[in-house]
Amino acid sequence: MNSIRKSAAAFALLALAAGGAWAAKADVTIGIQLEPPHLDPTSAAAGAIDQVLYSNVFEGLTRFGPDGSVGPGLAESWEISADGTAYTFNLRPSVKFHDGTDLEATDVVFSLDRARSEDSQNAQKALFSGIKSVEAIDPTTVVVTLNSPQGNFLFNMAWGDAVIVAPESIDDIKNNPVGTGAFRFSEWKRGDSITIVRNADYWGAAPALEQATFKFISEPTAAFSAMMAGDIDAFYSYPAPENLVQFEADPRFTVLAGNTEGETILAINNKMEPFGDVRVRKAVSMAIDRQAIIDGAMFGYGTPIGTHFAPHHPDYVDLTGNAPHDPEAAKALLAEAGYPDGFETTLKLPPPSYARRGGEIIAAQLREVGIETEISNLEWAQWLEQVFRGYDYGLTIVSHTEPMDIGIYARPKYYFQYDNPEFQELISALSVENDPAQRSAMLKDAQRTISEDYVNGFLFQLALTSVVDARLSGIWPDAPTQAVDLTGVSWTE
Amino acid sequence: MTEEGLLRAALRSRNLVVGHLLAAAFAIGAVLSLFWTPYDVTELTIATRLQAPSAIHWFGTDHFGRDILSMIMVGAQTSIAVAIVAVGIGMGIGVPLGLAAAARRGHLLDETIMRGNDLVFAFPSLLIAIMITTVFGPSALNAIIAIGIFNIPVFARLTRGAALPLWTRDYILSARVSGKGPVRISVEHILPNVTNLLIVQGTIQFSLGILAEAALSYVGLGVQPPTPSWGRMLADSQTLIAIAPHMAMFPGFAILLTVLGLNLAGDGLRDLLDPRIRNA
Repeated sequence: MNSIRKSAAAFALLALAAGGAWAAKADVTIGIQLEPPHLDPTSAAAGAIDQVLYSNVFEGLTRFGPDGSVGPGLAESWEISADGTAYTFNLRPSVKFHDGTDLEATDVVFSLDRARSEDSQNAQKALFSGIKSVEAIDPTTVVVTLNSPQGNFLFNMAWGDAVIVAPESIDDIKNNPVGTGAFRFSEWKRGDSITIVRNADYWGAAPALEQATFKFISEPTAAFSAMMAGDIDAFYSYPAPENLVQFEADPRFTVLAGNTEGETILAINNKMEPFGDVRVRKAVSMAIDRQAIIDGAMFGYGTPIGTHFAPHHPDYVDLTGNAPHDPEAAKALLAEAGYPDGFETTLKLPPPSYARRGGEIIAAQLREVGIETEISNLEWAQWLEQVFRGYDYGLTIVSHTEPMDIGIYARPKYYFQYDNPEFQELISALSVENDPAQRSAMLKDAQRTISEDYVNGFLFQLALTSVVDARLSGIWPDAPTQAVDLTGVSWTE
Repeated sequence: MTEEGLLRAALRSRNLVVGHLLAAAFAIGAVLSLFWTPYDVTELTIATRLQAPSAIHWFGTDHFGRDILSMIMVGAQTSIAVAIVAVGIGMGIGVPLGLAAAARRGHLLDETIMRGNDLVFAFPSLLIAIMITTVFGPSALNAIIAIGIFNIPVFARLTRGAALPLWTRDYILSARVSGKGPVRISVEHILPNVTNLLIVQGTIQFSLGILAEAALSYVGLGVQPPTPSWGRMLADSQTLIAIAPHMAMFPGFAILLTVLGLNLAGDGLRDLLDPRIRNA
């Protein structure tokens, strides 16, 4: 009896303590799938770096909003010269880096020069290739001169790869990132988590959160139990769509289903026989039942696409009709191309479930038209080596998550090896076009060209599904860039 | 013991009967699946996915709408084929090595073979398997080789251990006197006398082989899709366990019952055949 009373008292105490902690809750733990290799967003392509640091720790001249629009960042305003080649950025006054130094125009010059230099490690050097010079006029004014007018320059400057860094802290940026954002880097427990804390000297509105921890959980079952147990408050880009039904049914959680920039494609090695023949590629595309893949691999989350372009973009053209699911027509095309009995090829699959599950479904669909695939499941490192760099594959499935990346089809050495000079001309013309109407028309042309060339099997736009504690508000539902912006996140009661 | 007596003893052993019945059930399923399965396991029907067990699909369907009963049957075929070949490799290489080591006891050959065995033995068996399949790529063949390799030292040691005392027997001495070389003696006199032990160990290794195949497939290093494998079925079911528990249950039970059956059979066989136990 005594022990029962004791434990009841202990329980009450515990409940009190928990309640007390709750009242003061200003910290958040967010699950993400991958651990960043290091913490310099300006020298690696890894999306995990931006997920943790973009907007939270590092800021650029411009920035992406939750809907993908481009707005002012460290630059309060800007003027564009009449000929479209000179951008004058007015920096916000009295912005401080986390180490106490002031943000000055020279830091912007340093950052952009570093990114576009000959030996730059920047993963998106193309963003800076049009820059002719960067000059500091006074401490808060920078002029960027371009070689030629560039329609998407402000968009380019919003990328995580274009954030402003300081020369004073650059040497140790990979372990100790020093930016201007609303949070400062605090601790990195390798293999476990990264913690950031509120920056008291932030130039903008102070964030509601005092502290945020990003926990790396790649295993879907571990993610599920961590979420259910309340060890994490939100999981950004939840890895197992099959669990979402349960989270949706549970009042403790909200499931955010948004758009990503991830075009998921069945990439075809255009230089490997028999895929050099457009009829064969068309047959592959027509053998695919997109909805079955979305239902089977993604449990219904995803939008079918007919070209390499995000459906939520205003210039998107719905071209799914170019390759409707029609196994009979696919067989006829194969016979016409000289493969009446089909052929054999390889299907190499990286780890994400869209690829592994989607691969099994596609293999079954291709088998129906006579194409036998030998499936091999690869780790990312092997995939990069064999497929991305080695061109040693027939088919593969991967999601291209960079925004506006249709330009990769203009690179004949890119892993699907599509070499069409007309398309390459179109893309180089697009890069210097400044007129919005013209740009829109060219983008639509580009989408049609690759769709009608059946370069790849265009499957679906990857959905961003995040699971969030129902009391937490402000997490971006969409992913205009790979970011978990916490500046507007808060607990509601 | 006469053959008839042996049979009677075998039927009296509950372990042996239950074990063999369990193993036989899966063997029959596997053989049957070569000719017929209730449904085609390579055909995906997304519309009927994740159905609970019913009269139409006895064991339900998986996340691609495949019939789980059919997959278990074909999976049994995969498991048994991999385990048989792997145990075959282990025996085929391990037994001659053990015989040779025993025949040359204390010599350089013996030392070389046994220390080599120790080296392979020193690594946990699954680690070797993962190493091999990572280096040479995941496939059914590499899984078989990997499981086969870690079976070698098991059989080599067993054979050597059982053969050593035999070498001091009088009939071996007389065989030597009559001019038979060590190879002929090993094959004609030693091997027949260690066969019982090898059968018992073979049964146990066979169940370990099935377990190892399931483990390798579970981590994605075994049989590749679309060939069904119990281990991969378990891996696929993992995140779905809350909404479709039958997906995990049936392959789980299949592994459990097969391994249990083979172990019971192994124990029963040992009781029956091991001279040390039999004479006691």
